[in-house]
Amino acid sequence: MSTSPAFLPFLLRIADTNLILSQRLSEWTGHGPFLEEDLALTNIALDILGTSRSIYEYAAKIENKGRSEDDLAFLRNERQFLNPLICELPKGDYAFTIFRQCIVDAFQFHFYNALTISTDETLAGIAAKAVKETTYHLRHTSSWMERFGCGTEESHHRLQNAMNEIWRYTDDLFDMPEGYADLVKTKVAPEMMSVKENVQKELLPIIERSTISIPDPSFMQTGSVKGIHTEHLGYLLAEMQYMQRMYPGSRW
Amino acid sequence: MESKDTQGILWEIFVQKKPGQPFVHCGSLHAFDKEMALQNARDLYTRRGEGSALWCVPSSAIVASSPEDVGPFFDSSNDKVYRHPTFYQIPEGVKHI
Repeated sequence: MSTSPAFLPFLLRIADTNLILSQRLSEWTGHGPFLEEDLALTNIALDILGTSRSIYEYAAKIENKGRSEDDLAFLRNERQFLNPLICELPKGDYAFTIFRQCIVDAFQFHFYNALTISTDETLAGIAAKAVKETTYHLRHTSSWMERFGCGTEESHHRLQNAMNEIWRYTDDLFDMPEGYADLVKTKVAPEMMSVKENVQKELLPIIERSTISIPDPSFMQTGSVKGIHTEHLGYLLAEMQYMQRMYPGSRW
Repeated sequence: MESKDTQGILWEIFVQKKPGQPFVHCGSLHAFDKEMALQNARDLYTRRGEGSALWCVPSSAIVASSPEDVGPFFDSSNDKVYRHPTFYQIPEGVKHI
């Protein structure tokens, strides 16, 4: 546990990343390209939703203001969400979904790996479980990257389009809330420069094997860590939070 | 006959519960290549602790007996009672059988 003011925003950033991306992935449920892949992607959505729940639960405890994990997920507005921009982008075609997922999988794999040695035992425990899941997610999405990239002209073209669209949102993944250096100093959270290096080492060969190219010049869009989002997040939240907003306090 | 199936070929999936135990057939699935077959098998058949190893076999690689074979293949063993252990009387002195 950490008393740093950056701790709660840090927890929310991890939890929001998983919740928002899970919401985007679940839009494919019942609409996947074929039954087996539909299930595979829904499984990933479910895995990361599980991670978000564990972190929200912990965040609610740390905040200690009587808010529950549900309050954090369903009763915050757009500016209070700290998920990276890449998570909220509309699902696009299947190449877009897979490309985005592969980037986030590579990020999470190395981020959680580094987090397993956190001095915060709760976080280290959640990370240890998430590493196993993310290892599989990355294997799944990276093999699809290769299939799309080296498949037909059409699939290659679609994957390259996804790259052109998404690449500018990748730097934003590595931003962390103000005061994050405190968390690094007390070894609660990993140093992001080395996470970034590892993620690049992971991704570049996958991109190369998929025979697509990184767009140049590469302008980078950031801001999510301050709650500045793309226009897409508001619509996502409107749909996701509808029930709690319409019927406050409703339960299963 | 041309197949209109666009979901890849059919694979038969075998799951091993624990090391050393036999691989048991648990169902089939669609996939376009070996890696996809393995991943789909993991997602479909082993997410609730059902196994610790998987085999994926293209369905076309399986040689099966046909219903007409039932008589010649399997019936003839029924009248050979000496093929069953219950045919033999166990001597009195033998224990632990």
